[in-house]
Amino acid sequence: MTAAMATAMASGVGLDRRKVVAELLANRGDLLVVAGLGSPVWDCAAVGDHPLNFYLWGAMGSAITIGLGLALAQPKRRVLVITGDGEMLMGLGALATVAVQKPENLAVVVLDNEHYAETGMQKTHTAFGVDIAAIAKAAGFPATMTVKDESGLARLCQQVGGAPGPILGQVKISAAHVPLVLPPRDGAYVKSRFRDALLGAPNP
Amino acid sequence: MSGAAAPADWPADIFHALKAANIRIVSYVPDAGHAKLIRLCEADPEIRTVPLTTEEEGIGLAAGAWLGGERAALLMQSSGVGNCINTLSLLESCRLPFLMLVTRRGEWAEFNPWQVPMGQRAMAAVDLMGVTVYPLTEAASAGETVAAAARLAFDGGAPVAVFISQRLIGAKSFAEDAA
Ligand SMILES: Cc1ncc(C[n+]2csc(CCOP(=O)(O)OP(=O)(O)O)c2C)c(N)n1
Ligand SMILES: [Mg+2]
Repeated sequence: MTAAMATAMASGVGLDRRKVVAELLANRGDLLVVAGLGSPVWDCAAVGDHPLNFYLWGAMGSAITIGLGLALAQPKRRVLVITGDGEMLMGLGALATVAVQKPENLAVVVLDNEHYAETGMQKTHTAFGVDIAAIAKAAGFPATMTVKDESGLARLCQQVGGAPGPILGQVKISAAHVPLVLPPRDGAYVKSRFRDALLGAPNP
Repeated sequence: MSGAAAPADWPADIFHALKAANIRIVSYVPDAGHAKLIRLCEADPEIRTVPLTTEEEGIGLAAGAWLGGERAALLMQSSGVGNCINTLSLLESCRLPFLMLVTRRGEWAEFNPWQVPMGQRAMAAVDLMGVTVYPLTEAASAGETVAAAARLAFDGGAPVAVFISQRLIGAKSFAEDAA
């Protein structure tokens, strides 16, 4: 990739990913959050580390199924999965699995920069028109939306806060570089901290 | 179930062991060998069955369920183990309990050569990924094996896979359930 291309991409259209995630988590209340590997993890950490955030540093493709398991185990809590387009593309079949279970308390937000930012900005399938929200809709998600601007984001935040799910919002974000913000990377610690915060310690 | 090879009603024994271990979510990609267990789980109002499009979905699902305070089990045939390899790293990275029940293919009197490569290596593959293997070769010990595996998983905090010998499934069903 040339420097000119990188600059063009960086200044390209799309919402600022940090602002999107900050807005999604602004009034999080008792929301349970699962962050897909790579940049979405740094985005959640940039808003502020939280014991009810579960960060993935691997197991690519699993963010949505972890969200599903959590949503089924905790039907009274809202669960929000925040992940990247590349991470979501690796587990597209899980959209069908989620749609069959119909967890009303689950929302999935795909931060779609149309690239694999984490690995050097290669284009993802969404750059060629693959429409994840449409796939989710066809799978049977009762609420799907493609968000391209602030007003769309405000509507998505409202839905995440309470509309009957499963919801999928595909948010077109800018591919501009953002600084790294790292949360704890010890998965066992993050897991136990999450369970303690949710279930009380010592938990069963 | 073929009477000679499997006198006990081992799927029912496994079902009761799962119930006794408070398993509330059972996910699966079907195998003929799991057909009865799946039916029993579907008929139980306390168990939510989750059909998957691919086996590794069940690992994330079980991890999420555990984060939320519930216990899940994952059913598959041995070819499905190959779909799971990288996702199994989640279990070690997060020190998660995990229980999978794998019906073996390519092992005992297999007739489909395509089942042999993965079937012959599935136990070694999960072992390589840090999952403890409990082989189940006698129908009569199905209940206690699954009970012990569930104990090791959820009390011992370990990932465990019970591998159910093809011998238990019975030669008769092979022709009917070729895949
Ligand atoms: C199984 C597997 N394949 C590839 C990778 C390398 N990898 C890490 S992050 C990533 C890209 C993630 O892209 P996306 O979800 O779109 O997030 P972005 O950084 O663009 O926000 C890839 C391919 C991996 N970690 N695991
Ligand atoms: Mg991306």
